[in-house]
Amino acid sequence: MSDQQVNTLERKPVILIIVTLVVILIGSVVTALLPFFMEGMEVKIDTVRPYTALELEGRDLYMREGCNNCHTQTVRPLRDEVLRYGEFSKSGEFAYDHPFLWGSKRTGPDLARIGGKYPDSWHVQHMVDPRSIVPQSNMPSYAFMADRPLDGSTIQSKMEALRTVGVPYTDEEIAAAPATLTGKTEMDAIIAYLQVLGTMINKAPVETVTDSTAVADSTAAPADSAAVTPAEAR
Amino acid sequence: MKMNKKHEVTMEERYDSWPVKAYTYSMIIWGIASLLYGILISLQLVYPEWNFGEWFSYGRLRPIHTNGGAFGFGLSGIFALSYYMVPRLTKSPLFLPGIAKLNFWIYNFTIAAAVITLHLGFSTTKEYAELEWPIDLLVVIVWVLWALNMVGTILTKKVDKMYVSLWYIIATVLGVAVLYIFNNLAVPASLFKSYSLYAGVNDANVQWWYGHNAVAFVFTTPILAIFFYFFPKVTNLPLYSHRLSIVAFWSLVFMYLWTGAHHLIWTPVPDWIQTVAIAFSLMLIAPSWGSVINGYMTMGNNWEQMKTNYLAKFFIMGITFYGLQTLQGPSQAIRSISSLIHYTDWVPGHVHMGTMGWFAMTIMASFYYVIPKIYKTELYSVKLANTHFWLVFTGQIIYSISMWIAGIMQGAMWKATNPDGSLKYTFQDSITASYPYWDLRALGGVIFLAGALVFAYNIFKTIQKGSNASAKTEGAV
Ligand code: HEC
Ligand code: HEM
Repeated sequence: MSDQQVNTLERKPVILIIVTLVVILIGSVVTALLPFFMEGMEVKIDTVRPYTALELEGRDLYMREGCNNCHTQTVRPLRDEVLRYGEFSKSGEFAYDHPFLWGSKRTGPDLARIGGKYPDSWHVQHMVDPRSIVPQSNMPSYAFMADRPLDGSTIQSKMEALRTVGVPYTDEEIAAAPATLTGKTEMDAIIAYLQVLGTMINKAPVETVTDSTAVADSTAAPADSAAVTPAEAR
Repeated sequence: MKMNKKHEVTMEERYDSWPVKAYTYSMIIWGIASLLYGILISLQLVYPEWNFGEWFSYGRLRPIHTNGGAFGFGLSGIFALSYYMVPRLTKSPLFLPGIAKLNFWIYNFTIAAAVITLHLGFSTTKEYAELEWPIDLLVVIVWVLWALNMVGTILTKKVDKMYVSLWYIIATVLGVAVLYIFNNLAVPASLFKSYSLYAGVNDANVQWWYGHNAVAFVFTTPILAIFFYFFPKVTNLPLYSHRLSIVAFWSLVFMYLWTGAHHLIWTPVPDWIQTVAIAFSLMLIAPSWGSVINGYMTMGNNWEQMKTNYLAKFFIMGITFYGLQTLQGPSQAIRSISSLIHYTDWVPGHVHMGTMGWFAMTIMASFYYVIPKIYKTELYSVKLANTHFWLVFTGQIIYSISMWIAGIMQGAMWKATNPDGSLKYTFQDSITASYPYWDLRALGGVIFLAGALVFAYNIFKTIQKGSNASAKTEGAV
């Protein structure tokens, strides 16, 4: 920058404002906007489907309770992580996640592959009284969800809003949704969500989904990890 | 920034001190509240039975603590100090004083609404952007009202050149506006429920573009504006290099926006975005340290002020923690280091060196300068200010160091394998091992709160002293 240019910027606020805005936008456009239009950002996985009405309500409860403040939902392609949690996460698995719920802090374990790890009854007991299963746990008790009827009154507007942002719910699915929620409790919903987490790639061949993150030297080959059942891992 | 002393006094009368005074109160109230929330959640991690029903459970309270700290305490402080600085730097009265009052009331209503709705569980879950859409709209109004006064006052400036603090204020106005709007785009499903416009990988990428630049435009640029204005004032020393501050400004404002994905290392976000973020994170050391060096060099041959001038001590420790923060941050972005400390308690350790050590330290120190000025009195007690300094310093050191140790321990336990290749520790083992550090962290928080209370007391006493004195002189006239 020449002194001349610095002088102009120092004296002319309008020019300073415009130049600052442009400078802010350059990095933003390249790293946040362009990826929307790039192939490879999200690799489609055929077996990944939108959440059912009950799972969706469960997901919304997960958000309401802020479970994401203690639990992540991304298994990194690192050896120990694949051993502990299972297959590492693929971009296409999150295609219908508005918003993403990856989290940033593991006060509790990652939940990206929790689906199918335990029976429903385990989850009920754990949610009501985590310390009855893991004595040193500091997870809050969610006993209040156990018998509370699920408020499904907004399910159709929720599914419509999601359709607006690109989730392919059909008219039939939306019409049928309220009926699938009658008689359900909040506990039923959140467990339905937990039980589907991470299960949608089970049938996908591994090759088609190893996309983004290079498997580094510290990483077990993903194929091996499939052999490790979660129960053994813990 | 040399000016005729007599002229300054007469100008002083024309500056509206109402917003400065009002935001001082809201800063103290939201500041103490967010610290109390912080202590409660730190205790909940040790005593889970302290999750009192759904409205007071950890998952809902943590965002109240973070939003309360950044946007309740922090923005109040930034608003107060900007309403003080900008008219003085432009030698121009506030553009729209009436709007500044409106700004204050809408702002406080918004923060109160944020606290209540987060208790009720209305949350988008996006970090530092948890508020649901009606509150987002209020935030936008607050920002526009503040921006009107900042930009308006700068456009009607009566000085030739704009000092670097004004540059940083402009960057703050623009940066937050762009980031906040684009990260919060969502489609409402009902009054307090909406779904992000973006999905999965893209949503994560946009969120952390926002998240890291909340660090840039809330925790950094306004605080640098404050630092560069008040530090030369309290030390009575001219800024070492105007040119360096300008070069640092442009490189900082350019580079920050590229670094968001360092929060997403090893996730399904494409490699190239991660690599770009890592590279820019490392480069960010240069502009960050440009400011640090400018601060140190300003002290020149006057380092004895660390002993003789309590405010120099606050500002120098503040900029030092900024310097440490901006070395630690880039190292965390590196893949191998991220694989160890990401998701662990190391990160709150990093965060709190920034928020307690740099952000809060610099803001609070500025009030020790501003409050006596606008109430035309002396600070109530320098001794108490020193007590405050040592309490917040000790509290923060205990907090950060205990969390750094805990974080490395957790990361190492999660990684450890037996000779046969199986995992050595269960996740539960790492919980058991963390409790002593979580105890210590809560202790650090309590000590920090004690320091903040001493600060609040000192400020109130100073206000009282100033108000009494002016009541007396008015009576005499
Ligand atoms: C204060 C942090 C915290 C919050 C908030 C929290 N959890 Fe946990 N969670 C933990 C900890 C710690 C563990 C590990 C010990 C245990 O199993 O209780 C855990 C374990 C779990 C497990 C078992 C994981 C496994 O692989 O064994 C599930 C499932 C779970 N949590 C679900 C939830 C849900 C759903 C919510 C929100 C309604 C939630 N958690 C909120 C801390 C938390
Ligand atoms: C050069 C400057 C900086 C860089 C490159 C940087 C880098 C990072 C990185 C990589 C993380 C994520 C750690 C992880 O989750 O693994 C992080 C977290 C964080 N940093 Fe910094 N940092 C910098 C300066 C600062 C400053 C000055 C502050 C001021 C307070 C700050 C506040 C935070 C906060 C609040 C988070 C937590 C985000 C979360 O919720 O996960 N950082 N930083």
